[in-house]
Amino acid sequence: MQDFFFYLFSALTLLCGTLVVANPFSRNPVTSAMFLVLTITSMAGLFVLLHAFFLAAVQILVYAGAVMVLFLFVIMLLDIKEEQQRRIKAFGLVSGGASVAAIAGVFIFSLSRSKMGPGAVVVEVDGATRPLGRLLFNQYVLPFELLSVLLLVAMVGVILLSKRDLK
Amino acid sequence: MELINNLTQTQQFLLFSILKVLCVFVAVLPLIGASVLAERRVSAWIQDRIGPNRVGPFGLLQPLADGVKTMLKEDFTPNHVRKVYFWLAPAITVIPAFLTLAVIPFGSRLGSEKMVIADLNVGILYTFGIVSLGVYGIVLAGYSSNSKYPFLGGIRASAQMISYEIAMGMSVVPLFMLVESLNLGDVIAYQAGGAWLVFKQPLAFAIFLVSAFAETNRLPFDLPESETELVGGYHTEYSSMKFLLFFLGEYANMIASSAMMVTLFFGGWTLPIFGLDQPASSLVGGFIHIGIFVGKIGILMTLFIWVRWMLPRFRYDQLMDIGWKRFIPMALANILLTAIVLWVMH
Repeated sequence: MQDFFFYLFSALTLLCGTLVVANPFSRNPVTSAMFLVLTITSMAGLFVLLHAFFLAAVQILVYAGAVMVLFLFVIMLLDIKEEQQRRIKAFGLVSGGASVAAIAGVFIFSLSRSKMGPGAVVVEVDGATRPLGRLLFNQYVLPFELLSVLLLVAMVGVILLSKRDLK
Repeated sequence: MELINNLTQTQQFLLFSILKVLCVFVAVLPLIGASVLAERRVSAWIQDRIGPNRVGPFGLLQPLADGVKTMLKEDFTPNHVRKVYFWLAPAITVIPAFLTLAVIPFGSRLGSEKMVIADLNVGILYTFGIVSLGVYGIVLAGYSSNSKYPFLGGIRASAQMISYEIAMGMSVVPLFMLVESLNLGDVIAYQAGGAWLVFKQPLAFAIFLVSAFAETNRLPFDLPESETELVGGYHTEYSSMKFLLFFLGEYANMIASSAMMVTLFFGGWTLPIFGLDQPASSLVGGFIHIGIFVGKIGILMTLFIWVRWMLPRFRYDQLMDIGWKRFIPMALANILLTAIVLWVMH
């Protein structure tokens, strides 16, 4: 049963993820955005299978529910006909490829450092919020706070940019 | 009974879950009908009219007549719409409203079975996640209609619902600091004996209530619909059954958010009298608890309807101002205050 759902959600994630960037039937940005929502939702399904209920709920709440609605909001305000005719540019291809390679590098690095198979050490987080909170505020407090500062900087930057023409 | 006892644990779980899902679904539809009728009668009283009283005794069968009328109308699809999204949007509006009900404990227990469909340890986050998906139906309806008024309605809906989701999410954080759990069953257990959270966190309740009006697109915040400026807003191009689905979605959302408020602030299925705040030991007690829960929902639904006919619509910039400049700072201050009080008391 678990295996079946794992393969189902993985296949859905990969399929919808592909359809976001390379949809043979439609070049409509709204369709891409909706497939990204489906990708995120199926990833939340994978988190549930790992008993990471908190992560799954937050994934849906933040990414599928809030971030993607903002994407949709912006896309709807753009000129969709023009967007549909846009060609893929070399700069986009290079920077996109580079970021994918960087993330893949991080994944491979951390995977190669961890032991897999029967002898693997399983961290008992169990999806509950309490152990997650303890980990975030004890062991990982520095990266956590750094990320918060980064987000704050982004927020201040956005406000400055949007207020610029008022002055 | 023999048959049920012979089943394995998984089979029993499946059977009872399916039964509970069916019961909740079948119970919510008449509730929607009743609230539509209540809406029309209460609005009539407020405006010194009589209201619908012709179909059945006291007009009780009016929702049935309304439903049949809407279904028999021609299901017209304009030529200029984007077909796939135009068909999907009404469904996407209704589904999240019903999914939200899955984690809400609607009674203590019947026999040995807990009266909640899914007893999640992150119940509240699940609810907010599903509620946040509800906006897609309205936004897609506005986008797919491919004409000006629905489009404006869709744009308004996306901005409005995201803004108030933040305020709503932050307003409930102090509750969980007090309860120390995200499980809705634990929230109710904490409130047993009359320690309802509406008395401990009145500010949180005020913010949650107003945000609930904005999230369900009810007056005074029905700007995505706002028939005096946008014809019918996001559902201008819809007719017949598809329109009915938007209608159902709005009322199902109201019931879901009333159920959330009952659970979070008004002690769920408990009453602090006659020992009704402990899980029931008999079948009758179980049904009484479900009755209490439905009764509390009814009171909050009446509030929804009452407010709609008493207050004028807000302007869009006022709506955004209240959300971002008033409620979010107030909710943050409330979190901080609760944290300080808890820290001092420990």
